[in-house]
Amino acid sequence: MSALLEVENLNAYYGKSHILQGVDFHVGEGEIVSLLGRNGVGRSTTIKAIMGDVRSHGSIRFKGREIAGLKPHQIARLGLGYVPENRDIFPGLTVRQNLLLGQKTARQTGRWSEADMFRIFPRLEERADTAAGVLSGGEQQMLTMCRTLMGDPDLVMIDEPTEGLAPKMVELVGRLLGEIAGRGISILLVEQKLTIALKISGRLYVMGHGRIVFAGTPAEFAANKQVRQEWLEV
Amino acid sequence: MLEIITFSTLNGVLYGMLLFMMASGLTLIFSMMGVLNFAHASFYMVGAYFGFEISRRVGFWPGFVVAPLLVGALGALVERYGLRRVHRFGHVAELLFTFGLAFVIEELVNMIWGKLPVDYRVPPSLDFVAFRLFDTTYPAYRMFMLATAVAIFAFLLIVLKRTRVGLIIQAALTHPNMVAMLGHDVPTVFMMVFGVGAALAGLAGVIAGPALVTQPAMAGLLGPILFVVIVVGGLGSLAGAFVASLLIGLIQTFAVAINVSLADMVGGDAASRFGELGHVTVAQIAPVLPYLLLVLVLILRPTGLFGNRET
Repeated sequence: MSALLEVENLNAYYGKSHILQGVDFHVGEGEIVSLLGRNGVGRSTTIKAIMGDVRSHGSIRFKGREIAGLKPHQIARLGLGYVPENRDIFPGLTVRQNLLLGQKTARQTGRWSEADMFRIFPRLEERADTAAGVLSGGEQQMLTMCRTLMGDPDLVMIDEPTEGLAPKMVELVGRLLGEIAGRGISILLVEQKLTIALKISGRLYVMGHGRIVFAGTPAEFAANKQVRQEWLEV
Repeated sequence: MLEIITFSTLNGVLYGMLLFMMASGLTLIFSMMGVLNFAHASFYMVGAYFGFEISRRVGFWPGFVVAPLLVGALGALVERYGLRRVHRFGHVAELLFTFGLAFVIEELVNMIWGKLPVDYRVPPSLDFVAFRLFDTTYPAYRMFMLATAVAIFAFLLIVLKRTRVGLIIQAALTHPNMVAMLGHDVPTVFMMVFGVGAALAGLAGVIAGPALVTQPAMAGLLGPILFVVIVVGGLGSLAGAFVASLLIGLIQTFAVAINVSLADMVGGDAASRFGELGHVTVAQIAPVLPYLLLVLVLILRPTGLFGNRET
């Protein structure tokens, strides 16, 4: 499996604090990879650095091309999609308009259409012309994910998609992740909880204190009690 | 009385729409940068001078089209090579940059066209009486100004609400990073907004120049009123800018038409308690009214009429 995204020795700072201290990992084509770890260990910063939203140094190659130093919109246009943790929907725009802005150009067609999104989440169709700001937290999460998919990314990086969601919503998110993977799209899933990550990931990384402290398959992870205790359990 | 009301309303709406042509750009630019652009009224002045210069060479109509485009290009350059570089040093630096720019532009205008007003006139094709009501006439040029301002308002509304680029602008005003990470070139969008904002101010200058006075002080005279408009309307709110523009336009034109003092209304004895103030007419205090409104709004509703952030 060739690597779609390769991150080597990624370092980032917030002021004087050294947030990422040489992060190394890769995501293969069509692969689902999870990045686990407690809050504050640098998982979100890693994704933001890849998207060019946080200044960093090190090497980030996507489809064999060095993307470190490119602007966020240029990185997105190469086929990297990002679903932020804080559900950054555009509250004043309608659900449909939010989806429209996921497309990079007016004429973009790709693996996903508005109809796909409405089929997976009928609730979004019911509220298509409602201002996105009045949706529930779960609905906003759906919208954020769908919006990114409308841009037809080859790799989606999803930050804590199940955070604060009701069990039924978590199930829906899981279904969408399955559908994404089914279309051959790679996923980098940032999670704190293990429920979905262990079920769908091909490989896992665990982060601690700004670096990768474990890399392996879900089975290897399950067998390694020490990693779980030291870096994940509260 | 009816004619005073009719003409004051017309003039008030006209003045308000002119204010809105400038305030709309200013308030959008504020939403983007997070600071007020002190040089915005300077683009209005540059528009008037460009309009004057082009009209005396090739006529009013070429100036009407070309001058705003030139001002828009100038605005885009200011954003691209000035503000964008200053941005990383923070809001105070940006504010000082626009403040300095306003002075630079005024001095340049002084150097090129002199301190005295220039002879920028209403074009002959529009120099006639539009209609007569009772004994008062209303000039066609004013109707033309009103029509232009209304057309621009409709254009802005359609672009912002009905087009894709309008959606991108609306989203980028509040969530620039997210919009960029979806693959949209936000810095270029901001440069365009700045350019279009400057062009609209320039257009306002082109059409207001012949009706008012085209002089180096025109930016300084208008700038403070513009700030009143966008603070009263609510910083960053386009709807607020529209309502506040009309409100201030109407207040100012009606106030100058009302030649009544406190003494006239409540009688000399009651008014004498206020001394000299009792005999000041509304018309005399008209220039102060917008600022009085500003103070009242800041005390009673600091977010402005439609805004959602504290001033």
